[in-house]
Amino acid sequence: MIAQVLFTALLLAGALLFARNFMRVRRNILLGRDVTINDRQGERWALMARVALGQSKMVVRPLAGILHIIVYAGFVIINIEVIEILIDGMFGTHRVLSFLGGFYDFLIGSFEWLALGVWVACVIFLVRRNIIKLKRFVMKELDGWPRTDANLILAAEIALMSAFLVMNAADLTLQQHGIEHYREAGSYPVSAWIAEQASFPAMVSGTLVLIERACWWFHIIGILAFLNYIVVSKHLHILLAFPNVWYSTLRPKTELVNMPRVTGEVRSMLDPSVQPPVVVAHTVAGVEMAERFGAKDVFDLSWKQLMDAYSCTECGRCTSVCPANLTGKLLSPRKIMMDTRDRLEEVGKVIDAKSKWEDDGKSLHVRITEEELWACTTCNACTEACPVNIDPVGIITDLRRYLVMEESRTRPALTGMFNNVENNGAPWAFGPDQRMKWTEQ
Amino acid sequence: MNEPLHIRTMAEFAAAGEVPEVLFWVGCAGSFDDRARKISKAFVRILNAAKVKFAVLGQEESCTGDPARRAGNEFLFQMQALNNVTVLNGYGVKRIVTACPHCFNTLKNEYPALGGSYEVLHHTQFINALLKEGRIKVEGGNFKGKRITFHDPCYLGRGNGEYEAPREVLLKLDAALVEMKRSRANGLCCGAGGAQMFKEAEPGNKEVNIERSEEALGMQPDIVAAGCPFCNTMLTDGVKHFNKEGEVQVKDVAELIAEAGDL
Repeated sequence: MIAQVLFTALLLAGALLFARNFMRVRRNILLGRDVTINDRQGERWALMARVALGQSKMVVRPLAGILHIIVYAGFVIINIEVIEILIDGMFGTHRVLSFLGGFYDFLIGSFEWLALGVWVACVIFLVRRNIIKLKRFVMKELDGWPRTDANLILAAEIALMSAFLVMNAADLTLQQHGIEHYREAGSYPVSAWIAEQASFPAMVSGTLVLIERACWWFHIIGILAFLNYIVVSKHLHILLAFPNVWYSTLRPKTELVNMPRVTGEVRSMLDPSVQPPVVVAHTVAGVEMAERFGAKDVFDLSWKQLMDAYSCTECGRCTSVCPANLTGKLLSPRKIMMDTRDRLEEVGKVIDAKSKWEDDGKSLHVRITEEELWACTTCNACTEACPVNIDPVGIITDLRRYLVMEESRTRPALTGMFNNVENNGAPWAFGPDQRMKWTEQ
Repeated sequence: MNEPLHIRTMAEFAAAGEVPEVLFWVGCAGSFDDRARKISKAFVRILNAAKVKFAVLGQEESCTGDPARRAGNEFLFQMQALNNVTVLNGYGVKRIVTACPHCFNTLKNEYPALGGSYEVLHHTQFINALLKEGRIKVEGGNFKGKRITFHDPCYLGRGNGEYEAPREVLLKLDAALVEMKRSRANGLCCGAGGAQMFKEAEPGNKEVNIERSEEALGMQPDIVAAGCPFCNTMLTDGVKHFNKEGEVQVKDVAELIAEAGDL
């Protein structure tokens, strides 16, 4: 009875804490500029089914892709078992779903194989990160917390799977010993082997019950803890991948979205009878903010761009195909996303502390340097590579827009190019009178 | 090869009360860059051989604004775009073909939001259609049996999903088309996009065009085929960097077709 009350209390606390932190992430995302994305819904559902649910972009790299699918499928499917754990925990039952008979055996058997698969995949992932040291996992932007974060997630999954399998091994042995409460149910292809290796059959029932209960509690507390860890780590991608793909752009990759306010300004410049647009101020986090040209801070990016930042799990596929990064330039698209998220978190903490936004004198440009921004070729290799359709190029362009249009900061040769386009209608110093010369030579 | 071409402008068509089949948007590179001018001329030879009634804007053409937009100068882009849209709509232009993927992307995708909606084709798509319709015929010819590797322009391939048209055209040459490891959706940029063409590269340990040219040369090609004037410049420089300009030519798809059968 005490166990049931304790369990229910823990469950409630875990769920509430998760909800609170998740709402905080939602609030931070909504600090972004408002954009409406609800067109072509059929295509969006299909895209989400293919890219997020179906992992179609993960398997472009077959080894990592298949291992990831095992972990992903394992995570989703083994969580069916959590339903049983929840019922057992709250009502003091044991393997309440075992009335399903043969189907139950099938389920438990599949969970065991999947758990083993997840275990092995996570070990391989750890090896790739820490022993083989694949380039994209040892780059500078991962120094410190990001690397620890990745390793913690993998270690946690290994621990959870181990607890699940050892719990089953003890349970199976208790079933074989004919202990009451542990009625015979389920099929245990993996844990039977573990029980044998660990000499469980030779142990007394008391010890086995202790092992089984310890693993059961570890598993469920672990899941609750992990659920709450997700919201404060890069692992948030397991939830946000789905909406992030649904809301991702259906436009051609190289199409930049128009800035209507600039159109208004330019129209009024070209035709004096047209009134320039009125600058609209928005109230964000209790503060009135004027619309800027381009992005200085997270408030100037759209909520979708901020969702992109929270959806990034730092896999680095973008950076590993970026022509600038491949040739030793400072730019790393992954770092652009991490910087955006970290800045957003920083802003969120100010709002948490003061219940409204107070300018801290910083901006996205404190984290992302001009040298990074000017290295981008807008080739969209990063957006193509991203398994969850994140768009770093859009953020880079918005940051460039701010530099150029609000601060007049650019590279000297680009100033020359701007002048040529403005004066000659060409990026070089050739006038319109020379446009037809090519036909004469 | 070097005789002056007589090309009619939209203004001339309008004065004669005629409507061309298509507007050839030459682009700044195609108009002013020495190397790219040859691509423009090759494409015109194809258009003439196919008896396509086409026009250019001539002095009325102005930069689409693409490099300004990519470099963050949205004002300048929109000034260019709105002026160009006024000119294009003034002539009632419906159909545009261009040999530059950057002009192609901007005209096709970004002008509609500013009041300019046209059917826009990349010249490889246009040439492919001419071949399919039988308006020009190329079977083998001067490049028969040559090893050709095609470099996907980002703004045509990844940007707009067109991977097949240039390849289908190249197949008409009866050449051996060899694919680089990084091709199609995984194609590596030449290094010129996003206004990089007009600035010094940021500090690094290698130039992007060298990285790409190295990969292309690794295919042991006779010809590196391009579909973009900027890629062409970058790859030509890259091939020179490896002192291979004697053995390996960098050619636009239009040049290969025009020269294959001496159109």
